[in-house]
Amino acid sequence: MTEVLFLADFSVIKPDPGLIFWTSLIFLLVWFTLGRMAFGPIQNALKRREQDIQNSLDEARKARQEMANLKAENEELLKKAQEERVAILREAKEAKNSIIEEARKQAKEEYRRIVTDAKEDIENQRMAMIVDLKNQLGLISIDIAEKILHKQLKGDKEQEQFVKSLVDEIKLN
Amino acid sequence: MKVDLKKLSILVFALFFSSGMLSAQGHGQEHSSGDASHEEQDSHGPEAGHDSDLAHSYCGGHEEDGEYNPVNTVMDHIADANEFHVWKGVHLPLPVILYAPDHGWTTGLSSMFDHGHKAVDGYVLNHGRVNRVADPFFPKGEVHIDGILRRTETVEKDGKAEEKDVYYACLEGELYKLDKPSTVDGGFLGGGITSFYDFSITKNVFGMIIASLLLIWLFTSVARGYKKNEGKAPSGVQSFMEVFFVFIRDEVTKPMIGEKHYERFQPFIMTLFFFIMFINLLGLVPFFPGGANITGNLAVTLTLAVFTFIVTNINGKKDYWEHIFWMPGIPAWVKIILTPVEVLSLFIKPFSLMIRLFANISAGHIIILSLIGLVFLFGNNGQNVGGAAGGAIIGGLFTAFMNLIELLVALLQAFIFAILSASYIGAAVEEHEHHHEGAH
Repeated sequence: MTEVLFLADFSVIKPDPGLIFWTSLIFLLVWFTLGRMAFGPIQNALKRREQDIQNSLDEARKARQEMANLKAENEELLKKAQEERVAILREAKEAKNSIIEEARKQAKEEYRRIVTDAKEDIENQRMAMIVDLKNQLGLISIDIAEKILHKQLKGDKEQEQFVKSLVDEIKLN
Repeated sequence: MKVDLKKLSILVFALFFSSGMLSAQGHGQEHSSGDASHEEQDSHGPEAGHDSDLAHSYCGGHEEDGEYNPVNTVMDHIADANEFHVWKGVHLPLPVILYAPDHGWTTGLSSMFDHGHKAVDGYVLNHGRVNRVADPFFPKGEVHIDGILRRTETVEKDGKAEEKDVYYACLEGELYKLDKPSTVDGGFLGGGITSFYDFSITKNVFGMIIASLLLIWLFTSVARGYKKNEGKAPSGVQSFMEVFFVFIRDEVTKPMIGEKHYERFQPFIMTLFFFIMFINLLGLVPFFPGGANITGNLAVTLTLAVFTFIVTNINGKKDYWEHIFWMPGIPAWVKIILTPVEVLSLFIKPFSLMIRLFANISAGHIIILSLIGLVFLFGNNGQNVGGAAGGAIIGGLFTAFMNLIELLVALLQAFIFAILSASYIGAAVEEHEHHHEGAH
């Protein structure tokens, strides 16, 4: 009898048209309301946000990549600059040395030239002095000789010839 | 291929759990199980109709506390009702909308029936449910009735004697047979079309409305959060519900329906999931306005399953119908066997959805109500206080445990309903890449 009672009163397995009607109505209302007001907008917002996040990540990765590139470039540049500095320093050193060397050489040459010139000058002046001296001496000698020979020699020509030959023989040094 | 494997594993998991849980469900409906308040006097006689002697002997006194009958109590509590029992003696009246083909529409509040003590236009409240006296001699308008009488009668049906509960209204010493509301099971499940239809806002409809309003309020505020916090991190209830939303999207709609079509069906699957989940959870609340056995009512799960059936089949692609009616790539004689099977499976799929949800939630309600009923059984219907205390301790512990399982079941069954619906829709919209060798 319990089983019969159970079946008789087990009303939940007997679908009531009223409940079917209301369930359909409520479900449709919820479906359209939520689809229009919530699930659609939420899905779009989530998609947009996911897109945003993906974009941000991509951008960050790109930025990181660029930064790394930049850093590498900087390092390269720095290395190059250092190398250049070294090169410039070396060149400067070389230039300095060469300039000094050149200067020294020039100075030496100048010095030599000056010395030579001085020597020449001295020589020239000495020669001039000697010539002058010779001439003076000649004149003096002539004067002396004239004075000596004035009395002995009559003819000047012969006398002068004679004295000149004598003077030529006297070479200084 | 990878997606298919994942799909399969989720399905297997879902089916495994749903079948494993079928016999162990609980639904928290704990209010006043001992309230077998209306007269229930069994009579064993084949008599029917206007029997004055019987009416005098059975409808005379109003005994509010009849013998505790655990089966009837449980069945009354899981049944739909036209009034919402808040606690003993306090009922929330619900609108009744009734239609009888020979009388027309009757509307009002269920309080007009005075809990079965008044008849209005031939309608009375029998155990919280509106019944109708089909007898044309029953007076119209408001009349006071003496009570409701239940008798178990033997009915001849197809040459076999069947015992059946029949209810009578007692009025001025006369017995009037009561008709239950029409049901659309065609008599297979003990119901059938009777003399009237009940389109009332019943306890189940009321519960559904509460759950729906809650759902709409919650999700519109979540959607507002997305508008307000655009470009910002989610906050508050928005981030709480987002977990569920993203879970259903990534584990149910996307893998089951496929990247190409899923967005079109997402609102339907989401609505199914959250609607069922909210109703299930509301059913777990042991006090007003919870506790209604809504998804444990076949009418509700039938409706939901029919929605899945309709959405699936109106979106069926050419490939889908071809696979049902003339499966490509197999010998013709196999096709002849396979086609009826495939056609049957069209209907078996939503049928299984309907039964699974119904059985899980109903069984849960029955188990919890039975455990609470231990208090009255051990207490010997109020005679044995010690026994009642023992029953309360044992029943309370088991009920607490069952409620925890029910919490899981409420979520799981909603998930299973959603994922299976999604997989059926996915199969309908799938486009196969076949190479018909014969055609080239």
